[in-house]
Amino acid sequence: MLLFPCPNCGPRNETEFHYGGQAHVAYPEHPAELTDREWAEYLFYRQNTKGLFAERWVHSAGCRKWFNMLRDTVSYDITAVYRIGQEPPALRTSQPTTGMGMSTTRQGTPEGVQL
Amino acid sequence: MVNTTESTDAQITDVQQTHLTARRHSPAEHLWAEFAKTASAEARVSLREIPFQVMVGIRVDPLSEGGRRIGAVTGGLPTACGQVTTGVAGMAVLWLGPDEFLLVAEEEALDGTLAAELVAALGDGAGQTVDLSSNRTTFELAGPSARAVLEKSCAADLHPRAFSTGVAIATVIGNVPVVLWKTDNETFRVFPRASFADYLGRWLLDGMREFTVAESTTWH
Ligand SMILES: [Zn+2]
Repeated sequence: MLLFPCPNCGPRNETEFHYGGQAHVAYPEHPAELTDREWAEYLFYRQNTKGLFAERWVHSAGCRKWFNMLRDTVSYDITAVYRIGQEPPALRTSQPTTGMGMSTTRQGTPEGVQL
Repeated sequence: MVNTTESTDAQITDVQQTHLTARRHSPAEHLWAEFAKTASAEARVSLREIPFQVMVGIRVDPLSEGGRRIGAVTGGLPTACGQVTTGVAGMAVLWLGPDEFLLVAEEEALDGTLAAELVAALGDGAGQTVDLSSNRTTFELAGPSARAVLEKSCAADLHPRAFSTGVAIATVIGNVPVVLWKTDNETFRVFPRASFADYLGRWLLDGMREFTVAESTTWH
């Protein structure tokens, strides 16, 4: 069983949560000015990260609140959880690589995070 | 003349209310006979349904003005996961989320004006108070083996060091979303939605069998 540390409820079974995809995908500032291609990329194109990834989760069977989580898609290691609207915490660049030693962390920024 | 009409209307409403109350059915009443069999003196765990409790869903920021006014009616609002506040007439407010709470009370202890009082307390503040009395029913699982029964199919940490008396959480038991409230050392109240009551009632009975069925000599 994998325990997720909900920011409101503490550690809970992963089956109480639902996935919300890549975090920090900003809504376009002027959506009406986007080309079809840009709009499609906003709606459907996401990172397919192998390694540390910033993603959204909702504690559907508990507090019903959304939050962000930094999770390694290879090892399932959870590095951090933080609230919606917050920036991902800065990661130490000396952080040991996880899983199969193929961490793709670049300059302490997880893939998928547009800072 | 006006007064007479009003009191007649009130009387009719009272009669209708009594009539309806006598005719209503709780979601698990067809299992009461099975539940009663678990209540023997030597059983290590027993199960019963507590029907028709009053429940009110409250959505409000507890730190807002509206939240404070509602807290004045309910005896406060909990501020963290697990917390339960208690008020007059056995009213209890369970934390479901940072801005979501479930008020539970015995029907007999209230005079029927609670929902209106809460609406008035919220006033024009942001939030809502909704009577959810028939949304969930109440099961009470009690006895030295009550925790063992729940732990078969609830992944939340129910050890007393993490889940002490008085704590309530929203979680999952046997795939059924429930609110789980530990009301005493060996007593748990489980609040499933009405449509899950039959399934969860049978599920718990099944989990209780090893603690309640008298040992049969023919099995040896
Ligand atoms: Zn939660």
